[in-house]
Amino acid sequence: MSAAPQPKADTPLLEVSGLTRILPAVVPVTLVKDVTFTVGESEFVAITGPSGSGKSSLLYLLGLLDRPTKGEVRIGGSPTHDLSSAEMAHLRLEKLGFVFQFHFLLPEFTALDNVLIPMQRLGKLSRKAQEEHARGLLADLGLEAFLHRRPEQLSGGQRQRVAVARALANSPDLILADEPTGSLDSAATEQVFESLQKIVERQGTTVIAVTHDLELAARMARRIHLVDGMVDFDRRS
Amino acid sequence: MILLLRIAATHVRNRLRQTVVSTLGVALGVGFSVAMASLMEGSQRDFMATLIEAIPHVEILDEQRAPRDQPASLKYDAVVFHGLRPKEDLRGIRNPTEALASLRDWVGGMLAPRLSGQAVLRYSGQDIGLTLIGVVPRRELAVSKIGEDMRLGSFNDLDTTSNGLVIGDKAASRLGADLGDTVTLTSANGVAKRFKIVGLFHTGITTSDEGLAYAPLKAVQILLEKPDIINSISIHLNRIKDANEVAARAERQLGYKAVSWEEANEGLMEAFFVRNVIMYTVVGAILVVAGFGIYNIVSTIVHEKAKDIAILKSLGFPEGDIQRIFVLEGLVIGVLGAIAGSCLGFALSSYLATVKFELTTDVEMTRLPIHFSVYHYVIACLLALFSSAIAGLLPARKAARLNPVDIIRGAT
Ligand SMILES: Nc1ncnc2c1ncn2[C@@H]1O[C@H](COP(=O)(O)OP(=O)(O)O)[C@@H](O)[C@H]1O
Ligand SMILES: [Mg+2]
Repeated sequence: MSAAPQPKADTPLLEVSGLTRILPAVVPVTLVKDVTFTVGESEFVAITGPSGSGKSSLLYLLGLLDRPTKGEVRIGGSPTHDLSSAEMAHLRLEKLGFVFQFHFLLPEFTALDNVLIPMQRLGKLSRKAQEEHARGLLADLGLEAFLHRRPEQLSGGQRQRVAVARALANSPDLILADEPTGSLDSAATEQVFESLQKIVERQGTTVIAVTHDLELAARMARRIHLVDGMVDFDRRS
Repeated sequence: MILLLRIAATHVRNRLRQTVVSTLGVALGVGFSVAMASLMEGSQRDFMATLIEAIPHVEILDEQRAPRDQPASLKYDAVVFHGLRPKEDLRGIRNPTEALASLRDWVGGMLAPRLSGQAVLRYSGQDIGLTLIGVVPRRELAVSKIGEDMRLGSFNDLDTTSNGLVIGDKAASRLGADLGDTVTLTSANGVAKRFKIVGLFHTGITTSDEGLAYAPLKAVQILLEKPDIINSISIHLNRIKDANEVAARAERQLGYKAVSWEEANEGLMEAFFVRNVIMYTVVGAILVVAGFGIYNIVSTIVHEKAKDIAILKSLGFPEGDIQRIFVLEGLVIGVLGAIAGSCLGFALSSYLATVKFELTTDVEMTRLPIHFSVYHYVIACLLALFSSAIAGLLPARKAARLNPVDIIRGAT
């Protein structure tokens, strides 16, 4: 186990300390155990580890979709353990974006609508600005020709890029991706990976991506390796 | 909220067949409720209109509401007397002219004095007992429908024939008497007087047709030995709504019991109330059944859309939003059903209003009495919306509580 590197900014974007998640059961299952690390702005972090090592579970905790048994997650310096579920939802809406292994788009809505929905829920921009922003995001990801297609009319790589565009909709501080390329062929993997890379480099958004593809992990600035729900190593390349 | 409605509408639209079926369920419920309500209110109004025409709106009787105070209890405070018998009282409204004049000052309507009592009618060796009503014909015609019930002769002839008599057609045929015949009436005190039949009436109510007779007030006062006394005043108001008020004021003023038609028909009013309660219970039951249809479809959608619920939650939609989406789905069906049901109800009651019946009995009802009222629609629609909101709420709460992590794990 190596020590976590010091963050660059004064108030780190994400602070995780002693994070533990145990599923209560007759034989309790420990998903994540005593995880501590800090992530700053515009970092591109890979989370690796064998299957079942708790990568997804950790991501759900970071994304406030699940509550830890012990320890805490601070976002932008603020603790999150005492937030109500509605406050957590609002934080997800404003500050976080998710990309899952399978696209998780709303099947009945077009690509454009899927990107618009989080913006409409937040309601910060005017209708016109929302529409422009959504079209811009999709165009950046090479999807300008598919705005009005529904997910079933798109290829796997296209869907995953729509999911990336949706995660970016409300200009979040942090994007959490759980094996975003896990179900894609190599060409599509490259496209999706590059789009995530671009987000970090151009917009300074932090991306934490779970991957079992070590080649991809090597191209990311930092890698946190989990074994049995614990941090095995955390190092920058 | 528009966004939530859009999501809800999308879910509903994608299950068109089920949506149509449950919408039809609500529509049938609302439609039949409306038609039933308009028929029931129509028949109630029809009946009331007939009733109100036929009976006095206020009747002042020669009674007191509370028994008279006895002289002893006026004098001593806490004394109870047993076995006292009130002094024999010559009942009746004294000074009728004065009473009538004082009422006429402020009552908006027609007044008719009456003196009624029991008498025996004898004709060609046969007797029948009947209630004899002494009337001022002009005034009686203004407060009752007896004029319309005349079959032979004229009620007005009581005015010109001082010993004229109008009896029911059934009584006449029992006695074998006819228009123009002279009969003898005998009072309970044994006073007898000859009367001439100047009219026959038929009300359709057997007890009246067999046991009622009208004669000029003066003649009856003589026969019953109650000179210048009447025992009731019937009032036919211009505005029926004032009945209770007029009754109360008349009672205060004259000291005699005054009964409005509503008080007199209290039992009937209660029966109508019970009828309406039963009707709306049935309406409610129909809509509860329609609610089951909605519950079923919304539950199915929640089940099928578990993944979408997880997506929306991960995007940052709070539990309240998720719940609202599915309540809205129930309401969308409820609103569609209520609109379709209102149209159906209107069509149904319009059709019923045109149906004609050929009835040969005396009480003729040529058409179904349909009363169109916006309240029937409002009540049925509100009940439908209420039922669909509840039907949507139960699965919606389940949806709101779904744990997104479980679903996301399950899907991968
Ligand atoms: N609800 C659950 N009940 C029992 N075991 C679970 C449950 N959820 C996850 N696990 C187990 O917890 C471990 C960590 O899972 P996960 O975080 O998905 O790992 P990874 O994403 O690294 O493959 C796995 O061994 C998994 O089987
Ligand atoms: Mg996983």
